[in-house]
Amino acid sequence: MTFTTLAITLAFVCIPLVLSKALNLQLGKDVIIATIRAIVQLLAIGYVLQLIFDQQNVVFSFLMVAIMIAVATLNARKKGAQINGITWKLALSLCVIEAIVMSVLVGFHIVPATAQYIIPLSGMAIGNSMVMSILFLNRFTAEIEAHEQEVELILSLGGTPKQAIHRQLITSIKASMLPTIESQKTIGLVQLPGMMSGQIIAGADPVQAVMFQLLVQFMLLTTASVSSVLLGFLSYRTLFNQKLQIIPEKFTGQ
Amino acid sequence: MTAAITFHNISVTMQDTQIINTISGQFPKGQITTLVGPSGAGKTTILKLCNALLSPTDGTIFYNDQELKTYNPLTLRRCVGMALQDAPMIKGSVYDNLNLPRQLQGETLSKDEAIQALQQVGLDAKNIHKKAHDLSGGQRQKLSIARTLINPTDVLLLDEITSALDPHSVTEIEQLIVTMKQRGVTIIWITHNLEQARRIGDYMWLMHRGQLIESGSIHLLETSQNERVQQFMRGELL
Ligand SMILES: Nc1ncnc2c1ncn2[C@@H]1O[C@H](COP(=O)(O)OP(=O)(O)OP(=O)(O)O)[C@@H](O)[C@H]1O
Ligand SMILES: [Mg+2]
Repeated sequence: MTFTTLAITLAFVCIPLVLSKALNLQLGKDVIIATIRAIVQLLAIGYVLQLIFDQQNVVFSFLMVAIMIAVATLNARKKGAQINGITWKLALSLCVIEAIVMSVLVGFHIVPATAQYIIPLSGMAIGNSMVMSILFLNRFTAEIEAHEQEVELILSLGGTPKQAIHRQLITSIKASMLPTIESQKTIGLVQLPGMMSGQIIAGADPVQAVMFQLLVQFMLLTTASVSSVLLGFLSYRTLFNQKLQIIPEKFTGQ
Repeated sequence: MTAAITFHNISVTMQDTQIINTISGQFPKGQITTLVGPSGAGKTTILKLCNALLSPTDGTIFYNDQELKTYNPLTLRRCVGMALQDAPMIKGSVYDNLNLPRQLQGETLSKDEAIQALQQVGLDAKNIHKKAHDLSGGQRQKLSIARTLINPTDVLLLDEITSALDPHSVTEIEQLIVTMKQRGVTIIWITHNLEQARRIGDYMWLMHRGQLIESGSIHLLETSQNERVQQFMRGELL
């Protein structure tokens, strides 16, 4: 594809702009910002990747993954502002996920340890994990606000903080994992996953593309479960103090 | 008189507002203290302090002559039982709620024990498999009392436990609590019903805006020379 043909595809951007204007959706500005950001960010990453692939230097891959983790952490931490140390907790859980994913993929020689494989797969694992973390934190915050009395009840009967928050924790973990599991059930029936479609368009063997997509799907199941479980168990304790009491500000939101 | 719980210069400040203001007083062992006062006076806060759900910002609480904060909160909360104001329920059946205190300690309540617990608060045993959230307000209050009594407690903290009950049930619960007292349990009972306060109380605390206005024998409700006590009894203290 050339830049000229790419430019023509901007027609797809004009349609929502026209609609926004006509129906007064007031989304015009957002559409333009989103478009510009997508162009700049993706082109930049394209050139960066080209550079890294040319160099074939592991340091660059490492750096790239580190940046991904940093950006994902900064993005997700706003949702968990009332959890002490949310930044390092997010960073830690993302690192653990990256470590698990890479040790399976590279350790069992499923993919070669080259930047061309490591970076996109890491990106998918970390990006998905970030979304899972945001889903989890949103739900967990809502759950503890809605069920403060139950938590207090269990404490008043001599339960530990972990027992007191257990139901809210489990509910939130489940809720954040469900979309991943559900979407996996219908995959390929309704829409072809983006990565697979891209490979097929670029001329890859469809069966090969499917196998890679399956690898990604399985990987996403791990990222979904590990990120919410890890984050949940790292976080719940900060809602209570040393005297096993609720810290009221953490339960009523900001 | 020996005190089960003693407050010494207790203050509680939350989010920059003082909700308990330098309170000193006692809860006599083996007696019923009725804790009265207008809404927002700080009554529930006092109970939470006794159960260590809250800690005072200033001052010292003694439980059996030992500083309350030196107790392990988990063991303390099992000895100092509390029935919370809104009778909150965990999701699940009536049995699940009764079993909760046991479950928290890795034990199980037998079905017979559960039925007995229901009967002592006047709840029909056939409710045992109902969802707790489907109970009426009064039934929930009864279940909450039964649940609090599952742990063997030395002190019972009761936060408006009969506010949603019919007169017959009120009498039933009062008798049950008096039985607990006769077994040596110390009781602190918050109530907005002054008749009830006089009927069952041996001792009283009257609170107003975070302060302890009066405490002592229950007869003080009638005989106190304190202007604010008299106002309260006339229903004029807000
Ligand atoms: N977590 C909290 N943060 C800030 N203020 C609080 C908190 N909990 C209670 N308060 C305030 O402390 C005061 C006393 O509350 P408390 O619940 O002890 O009153 P109460 O005497 O039990 O009232 P009622 O009879 O209505 O139950 C109230 O003004 C309340 O708004
Ligand atoms: Mg109250």
